[in-house]
Amino acid sequence: MSRGGKTIRVDYLARVEGEGGLCIKLKGDQVQDVQLKIFEPPRLFEAFLRGRHCSEVPDITARICGICPIAYQMSAVHAIERALGIEIDPAVRLLRRLFYCGEWMESHALHIFMLHAPDFLGYPDAIQMARDHRGTVEQGLRLKKTGNRIVTLMGGREIHPISAAVGGFHKVPSKTGLRTLVEDLKWALDASLATARLVAGFEFPDFEQDYEFVALSHPDEYPFNEGRLVSNRGLNIDAAQYEEHFVEQHVKYSNALHSYLRGRGSYLVGPLARFNLNFSRLPEIAQQAVRDCGLALPCRNPFRSIVVRAVEMVFACHEALRAIAEYEPPAAPRVEIPGRAGVGWAATEAPRGLLYHRYEIDERGIILLAKIVPPTSQNQKRIEDDLRYFVPGLMTRPAEEITLRCEQAVRNYDPCISCATHFLRLKIDRE
Amino acid sequence: MRDKPRVAVFKFASCDGCQLSLLAAEDELLGVAGAVDIVYFPEASRTMLKGPYDIGLVEGSITTHHDAGRIQQVRRQCRTLITIGACATAGGIQALRNWKDVDEFIRVVYATPQYISTLKMSTPIAEHVPVDFELRGCPINKHQLIELIVAMLAGRKPNIPAYSACLECKRRGTVCVVVARGVACLGPVTQAGCGALCPSFDRGCYGCYGPMESPNTGSLTNQLRILGQSDQQISQSFRSYNAWAWQFRKASEECERA
Repeated sequence: MSRGGKTIRVDYLARVEGEGGLCIKLKGDQVQDVQLKIFEPPRLFEAFLRGRHCSEVPDITARICGICPIAYQMSAVHAIERALGIEIDPAVRLLRRLFYCGEWMESHALHIFMLHAPDFLGYPDAIQMARDHRGTVEQGLRLKKTGNRIVTLMGGREIHPISAAVGGFHKVPSKTGLRTLVEDLKWALDASLATARLVAGFEFPDFEQDYEFVALSHPDEYPFNEGRLVSNRGLNIDAAQYEEHFVEQHVKYSNALHSYLRGRGSYLVGPLARFNLNFSRLPEIAQQAVRDCGLALPCRNPFRSIVVRAVEMVFACHEALRAIAEYEPPAAPRVEIPGRAGVGWAATEAPRGLLYHRYEIDERGIILLAKIVPPTSQNQKRIEDDLRYFVPGLMTRPAEEITLRCEQAVRNYDPCISCATHFLRLKIDRE
Repeated sequence: MRDKPRVAVFKFASCDGCQLSLLAAEDELLGVAGAVDIVYFPEASRTMLKGPYDIGLVEGSITTHHDAGRIQQVRRQCRTLITIGACATAGGIQALRNWKDVDEFIRVVYATPQYISTLKMSTPIAEHVPVDFELRGCPINKHQLIELIVAMLAGRKPNIPAYSACLECKRRGTVCVVVARGVACLGPVTQAGCGALCPSFDRGCYGCYGPMESPNTGSLTNQLRILGQSDQQISQSFRSYNAWAWQFRKASEECERA
């Protein structure tokens, strides 16, 4: 990147999952346009799902993302179950929450320690960071491993686990099996509290935006798999109404589709949205962690999402321990798939935000139509809006710092570009 | 002291899962990072140093004109080039387009198809450049990846078996799901490496490690018919994460014609 001429450019945005670039057009110090470009090649999942049997869908859609395969499996099974009128066993529901806890811990620990903390501490990556902060990186890796232990115990492996099924699980864990996780989870709960205190002490840019936060909300629980879609501006709908309110737009410069709220524009999904809309459903230990961190509600500074992720790790550890303590195996691991046709919708909370699926299925169980809206494609427009307001405040800084701060602002969203294709290169054009 | 080997990680069309297996090796990561210099790994680091590299790990399949050109450059920069995962070694799940009209596929997903530039086929890296080792799996097994890197550093042959998943079932004492319960299973023709997970979870193997060395797909097809599977079902079971691996491709096309 050089500021000698009219163009400032970084070709490849690092430490995000997938491939993309960023182009910011300036006239003087005025931002003319911000474009988040996704050059991750399209993989066309929604097309090749047509004609496959619905029982294959959780395994296939997992392959959209190696970081959050469980999210894809969960949105898929819930949408298909709704289409086919399948009621799941309450024990299966509890196990799915536990499964999701594992993925949140693994994904949040990866993002906090490996992808985002190096920005705050001034390192190019976690491995360099480990030379000065070995204990912190080791703690992050152990937290990640604890999340992965849940996923591996329940699903055979960390990436693309194999147990999730329409109607339940292929095989459910035993009570004694789950109890082997307890000691690690107790350690992880303390380590997550320590992580929240650590990251709350980072320096945060003074930057706030008036976001429309969108997340699931459930009367009694911090949301994973169930609830209504709500926002801080009055949205309150069932997943079945998603496409009436949210629109996907195809823009020329990106392989990802942009989502916006009809008549309102960009919105934000992910940890900040969940936290601001569902604070009262966090367990007391997580609420206390929030107070100890000095995190005020609502939190409108996207850079503080790293603190919210740590709070969500506290929640996930606590919730996992609760689920393990309450667990009684279901009578059968899964309900058989009935021979009927239907249309079903589901939204669940992937680590990086709301993930919507819709399927139309025929009476033989064959997928006629699939629609998938990943969290990063929903946040893409909001990321551009953040940069539009963030960049002007940076113009007096050295070129290298502008680039770094823009990248950090994008990483606030933990963007998963592999998912969104259906994402970064930084290029600043000055007129 | 000799310089540490320079390692680079490249991504093509994929889910990121295989390269993140390296980060999922929580106990080994800092050790590996001590033994080699990971100088190009954009998904983990802002530091992106230029080649040449001693070892290049390549994830993902070739699906665009741009990537078809980029893999040639990557090959020229890497002394040893290793492909990791089903996308890089067999075209991945996105190779399901290879039997269809890709333009129609794009119209299904995108409102403005003319904005999208993609190839008609999703193809493995070895169809474009010579590859020194192919590590199978969707996703790869992190222990196999560590073994492969250690073997490369020691200059020895990696201990990565090409026999079938059935041997792993026998070793872990899983009762055969085909024999005992009549469940359709691709284990007899699928390369070992995952630890035969699916049968241990009461389900048939779905072939995510791709074809074993010399698989008898014809015999398995007959067995699946005996279990009551239709030719279309059998064809689809060969057509998943390693659909474009030639042995599975041939088996699926034979069922389609039958």
